[in-house]
Formats: sequence, C-alpha cells, structure tokens
Amino acid sequence: MTTSAVLMALARRAAILLASVLVASVVIFLFMTVIPGDPAQVALGVNATPELLARTRHEFGLDRPLISQYLDWVGGVFSGDFGTSYVTREPIGPQLVDRLGVTVWLVGTGMLVALAMAIPLGTLAAVRHRKPSGAAISGFAQLGIAVPAFLAGMLLVQLFAVRLGWLPSGGWTPPNQDAGAFLRGLVLPALSLGLVQGAVLTRYVRTSVLDTLGQDYLRTARSKGLRPYQALFRHGLRNAALPVITVLGLQLATLLIGAVVVERVFVLPGLGSMLLDSVASRDLLAVQGIVLVLVVGVLLVNFVVDLLYTVLDPRLRGS
Amino acid sequence: MALAQRSRNASLLAGGTLVGLVVLAALVSFGWTPHDPLRVEATDRLLGPTGRYVFGTDRFGRDVASQLLVGARSTLYVGVVAVGLAALVGTPLGILAGMSRRWLGEFVMRANDLVLAFPALLLAIMFGAVFGAGTLTAMIAIGIATVPSFARIARSGTLQVMSTEYVLAARAAGRSPAFIARRHVLPNIAGLVIVQCSVSFAIAVLAEAALSFLGFGTRPPTPSWGRMLQESQELLAVEPRLALIPGIAIALAVLGFNLLGDGLRDRFDPRLEAYR
Amino acid sequence: MTVLRVDELSVSAGGQSLVRDVSFQIGAGERVGLIGESGSGKTLTASSVLGLLPDGLHATGSVRLGEQELLGASERTLSRLRGMEISMVFQEPMTALNPSMRVGSQVAEPMLLHGTRPDRRAARSAAVELFDSVRLPDPEGTARAYPHQLSGGQRQRVLLAIALANDPALLICDEPTTALDVTVQAQILALILAATRERDTALLFITHDLAVVASVCERVLVMLDGEIIESGGTREVLSSPRHEYTGKLLAASDLEAR
Repeated sequence: MTTSAVLMALARRAAILLASVLVASVVIFLFMTVIPGDPAQVALGVNATPELLARTRHEFGLDRPLISQYLDWVGGVFSGDFGTSYVTREPIGPQLVDRLGVTVWLVGTGMLVALAMAIPLGTLAAVRHRKPSGAAISGFAQLGIAVPAFLAGMLLVQLFAVRLGWLPSGGWTPPNQDAGAFLRGLVLPALSLGLVQGAVLTRYVRTSVLDTLGQDYLRTARSKGLRPYQALFRHGLRNAALPVITVLGLQLATLLIGAVVVERVFVLPGLGSMLLDSVASRDLLAVQGIVLVLVVGVLLVNFVVDLLYTVLDPRLRGS
Repeated sequence: MALAQRSRNASLLAGGTLVGLVVLAALVSFGWTPHDPLRVEATDRLLGPTGRYVFGTDRFGRDVASQLLVGARSTLYVGVVAVGLAALVGTPLGILAGMSRRWLGEFVMRANDLVLAFPALLLAIMFGAVFGAGTLTAMIAIGIATVPSFARIARSGTLQVMSTEYVLAARAAGRSPAFIARRHVLPNIAGLVIVQCSVSFAIAVLAEAALSFLGFGTRPPTPSWGRMLQESQELLAVEPRLALIPGIAIALAVLGFNLLGDGLRDRFDPRLEAYR
Repeated sequence: MTVLRVDELSVSAGGQSLVRDVSFQIGAGERVGLIGESGSGKTLTASSVLGLLPDGLHATGSVRLGEQELLGASERTLSRLRGMEISMVFQEPMTALNPSMRVGSQVAEPMLLHGTRPDRRAARSAAVELFDSVRLPDPEGTARAYPHQLSGGQRQRVLLAIALANDPALLICDEPTTALDVTVQAQILALILAATRERDTALLFITHDLAVVASVCERVLVMLDGEIIESGGTREVLSSPRHEYTGKLLAASDLEAR
C-alpha cells in the first residue's frame, strides 16, 4: 500500500501501454502499407503512367526499405507529424488534430449522457427489482440496446430538428466561435450516441447494484442505523462502481468508434468522417494515421480504467 | 423462485420466437417473395402500404416487404459467419490459454488484448479500405473483432474446470491435455460458449447494420436492412415508414438474440440462482 | 427493568410460517442464549427485533424495546434505534465489513450518524479507543487499515467495536464465533462478556454450540422448528433438560465430559 508500490504498479501498466502502442503501430503499418501493394498506385489509380508512379514513389519515400519507412512514420507521429497525404499533398497531422477535437467533444458528452441516464436508472431498477417499476426500467433498457445509434439519431433529427425546429439537424460550430450554437449543435449527436450506450450501461449498473445489495456489509450498515438509501449510497455505490468501470472502459472504446456513424448522420467534421473520406479518396496514409489515433485512444482508455480500478479498490493496491 | 423461473422462460420464449421469425423470413425469401425485391417499377414509386404492397414501395418503386424478407438473409449470413469464425477461433485459443499457464497462455491473452483495441467497425473500415468493401470483408472483420470475447469466456471457464477434482484426478491418472480438453473442458464450457454466441450475434447484427449504413457492408443491389435505412435517410421527413420498417426489423432481431442469450445464460449458469 | 420484551412473535413468508408464537424477555445487563439447529428460526427472530427481515418476510406479534413498540414502527424510528439502542454482530466477519472503507471510519460512522460525538475528529479518536478496548493491536494503525489487511478474528473485533460504539442497551450476537478458530473463539467470547458486563448491556446470544451458551449466558431459550420449546436458567436446562430435543442436543455435544 506504500507509495512506491503504487508507483511500481503505475510503471508496469505504463510499460504495457507503451508496448501495446508499438505493436499496434507495426500491425497498422504492415496492414495498410504492405497488403494493398503499392500505395502510390492505390492513390493515383490504375491509369497513372509508370513515370508518374516512380516519381510519386520517390517523392513519398515509398522506394526505401520498409523498416526505414516504418521508423520515419512512427518517429514523425511522436512529434505530431503524420506525413503528407498522397492525394491532397497536404500534411495530415494538423487536420487530424482538428478533427480529433470534434470527436472528443462528441464522445465526452455522449458518455455524460449515458452516465447521467444509467446510474440513476440502473440503481432504481436494482432497488425496485421486485416491483413493476424496476421491471419496466429493465425492459426499457433491453429495448434501448436493440436500437442502432444511427437510427436513434435519424429519429431525433426528425422530431427535434425537422418537426419542432428546436435544434439544428447537423453541422458543427467550433466552441470558440459561438458557444451557444456549439452547444445546440452538440445536443442531438450526444443524445443519439449516449442514449443507446446508456441503455447498455443501465443493465450493468443494475446487475452490479443488485449484487451489492445482497452483501453482508450493507446489512451491517443498516444495523448501524443507516436508512436503506443512505446505506446504499455510502457503502454500496463505490463497491458497485468497480465492475461498472470495466464496462465503462469498453463502452468508451465503443463510443469512440460509434462516433463514426453518428458523425455521418449529423455531418460533423470529426475523425470518423475524415476516416470515411480518406477511405473514399483512397488516401491510405491518412487512414493509417487515423486508425493509429483511434487505436491509441482505445488503449489509453483501458490504461486509465486500470488505474482507476486500483484507486477505487484498496484490495488491488497490495499490502 | 417461481417468478424468476417464469421470467427466465419468458426471455427464452420471446427471444426464441423473434430469432425464429428472422430465420423464417430468410428461409421463406428463398422460395417466395411478394414481388421481385430488385424490380424497379418507375410508376410505383413511394407508394404507401396497400393490398398490393404490404409495406409500400421505396423511391425506386421496389417492394419494401420483399426487400425486408431478403434482407433477413444478409443479417443472418453476416451473423453466422462472423460469430462462427469468432467461436471457432476464440474458443480453442481460450482453452489453450486456460490450460497452459506458462508463457503461451500469457501470450494468447496479450494478443487478445491487442485485438480488443481494434473494434469491429474500425476493423471493417480498414478491411474495406484495403480489400474493398463488401459482405465478406464485413463478416471477417466483425468475426476477428469478436474473437477476444470468446477467448476470454473460454479461458475463465477453463480455469474453473481445471481446478475441479475430476480434472485433477484425470491429470493424476496421466490423461493427456488433449483428452482433458475434449472430455472435461469442452463439455463444461459449451453452455458459456453458446450464450456468448447469442450475445455476439446481437452485436454482429448491429455492426452489420452500421457498416451497411456507412457503405462498408452488403453491396447494392443485394437488399440489406442497414442499407434500406441509409437509403431512407433523405426521405425521412416525407416517408418515415421507409426508415422505421427496417429499423424495427433490426431492433427486433437484436432484441431477440439478446433475450435468447439472457434466457440461455440463466439456464446454463447456476451461480446466478443465488441472486434471484 | 426489562430491556426487550417479545410477545407472540411470528414470522411468515407467503403462506409459510417460519417462526411461531415466540415470547421472551431480557432484563438490563442480562445475558440470554438462543440455541437451536440452523433453520430453527433463531436468526429470523433476531432480525425481527432489529427490523431487518429479508424481503418478502412478514412479522406479527409484538417486540418492545423499553416502552417502544418495534414491529410496524416507521423506518425513521427504527433507524434511530439501530446502532444506538440495539446493535448486532453478525456471523461472517469476512464479508460484514465494507471492503473499500478504512475500518476506523466504519467504526466512527455510527457515532457520527447518531450524533454521540460532536465531530469527525472526536469520533475518530473514540474509534481508536474502542479498538484498544477490544484488544486490537496497534489501534492507531488498525484504524487506518482496510478490512482485507486484517485477520478474521481482528475483523470480528472491529465489528464488535462498531456494535459497542454507542453503548447500546441491547446487543445481539448471531453466531459471532462460528467462523473463527477455536483459540480466537475463546478470546472473542471473553471480550463480549467483559464488554456487556462493563456497560450493563443486555445480550441476546444466538448459537448452536451448547458449550458457548454455558460459558456466556445466564438464561437459555431452546428453539426447534420456529418455536421455543424450552427455557430457563442455563444450569437447570443443561443439567436436567425437560424436552427430548434439548436432551439430544446435549448428547450430541461433548459438554458433560468437561
């Protein structure tokens, strides 16, 4: 439980994270560079002349050994340089950072929506699991899980943008340009991403709280004179949070990728739409960079979840 | 206890019925559909539900009901191939990881964690970028992304079985690992794997829909529920029916596989008994 | 003076009767044993006194703590009495403590909740004193420990400290030593005896172990299938049982050999 033990655990996890990122980058590089054959050919199309191909290959360093291509790419990535697009001939990095900002906003607010929905509803469903209201929440969550996020998005647009005209149906305003328009534009995408994940999370919260409600230490808490909800809040929720946090990590990863679909529905300039555009224009170097960023994002989330778990569960800190 | 019993049977029954309906729709579509799902009828565009077209027609004048029936096939194809691939690869890997505690097991689980960093949708888009989008790439990508969940389930089940007395006895009697895996481990974790199949199927159906919506799934003109949704997006204000019908079909299929999984889990996992 | 008076207490689940017409009294500072096999209704009787019956179970009759009727009392009334006037030590020390909270805070909680100490600081130091009085080694350090860092016996001492924190009029112990080693059992029993004597606390001690009853309790109630079949002074009941079942319990234990 000493500080040095915590630091050791932290160092171990950080090492695993770094190793995973490196292996993932090799996998992505090989997959996107070797399998498609010649990236210059892919970018220029089948009608490109041999001279143009050779010049492009040389220009982008594609005629050098794979290992030095890889090292160049990864070395650049660490300093924010994702290379120059084969298609637009513009640097990929700055655009990627811009787009990432949009996606992070979307995923962050989506997660908030999911949590704001799942924690109270899941707890209520567990406490009332013998009553009709508890069963109703569970049934509602079961239905919510089955709705694809993009359908939820389309229906929300239909109701709140087209019929009622309360909110914009899509588009993006940066927060520093017009905060009001930014927030209004974020509501529907965040809801369509968050509500469905919230339904999934509700079920996990319910199971976890139900599990905790049956624990002996909750009876001890009641015997001290805590009322049912007091006992649950002071002694139950922290313990119930542990399994939920693991799921939360997986969910964040799902949201990060689920954002691709929602960005398409709401025409948001996020990482997902950049990915789809790059695939459409066969800009494999850009695809490679975006995939790396998304995968590193998922790995980072897992890393943070591991740490959070250690902070919340004293048993894992060792004695 | 009686109440719990009833609700478990209700999940199993409701889930089984919904899944049965999807399978039935797919089977029926091989022999009969009300109309040719691909036939474009310029004079019959955007018709509402009538006796002739039960669910109406889309903007090309194609029969929605026929597309829905044939679309069930795509949903099942992708699910069966993806989940089958994941189960056939993931389960043996999980058993291997559970039975060999040394570096091999550790290596399998680390590799597993790495695959987890590539969610199905992302993998499918990568595959689409490299190999070209289509049903096959979607199925394989979803399948690979689903391998870790099978490997995890199989590993934790295997670890439990390996610590039981009958396995210790079998090992003491000099039985080979292959024998133990076949005779003791596999039969005991089969229930867990079947439950995981049902749950993964639900996820695969959603993934297929999302991919078709993005244009990385089933290619036109083959009907698919996800693409029906995508094609209906612009017409949502005028004809919400075109989005709602495939949308409800997807939701019911996913609900069916989830309910089936819940019902099966309660049946196979006696540990949950205590909480009910 | 009577601390607890139970009259014709019955507990049922659905149509099934689990405890029938149980009546007994406990006076101030009196130590009463409740013995019987598992499933005889001992724990349900104790849970009814505390108002913590599991969901779906229903109690009728009367349970009075001093002048206060407990059966049918509001949750508000009951929660003021629990941990203040009545407290309980449970059977399973390994799971009865919150795994994610330092044990010092878990002991301080009932004092803060019922306002018997003015602030967190005072409650903390009272908790350390309690740890000293239940003979926990290094009370200061133990207060900062998490449950998983303590042994079973130490955890049961912590639970005893929680139960004693507000000097209750009635302490209920439900098989507090069953889960422990024999040597630790004796220590915990001695501690319970000393603590109740010192505070003049009434004790309801539930057990299936006749030797334990003989060493702790002045009076004993014998339960079988949800009913009290025999009661009286511990010595009388154990030396000349009137009910056949009590005789069987005696024969099964090695008490007479001691």
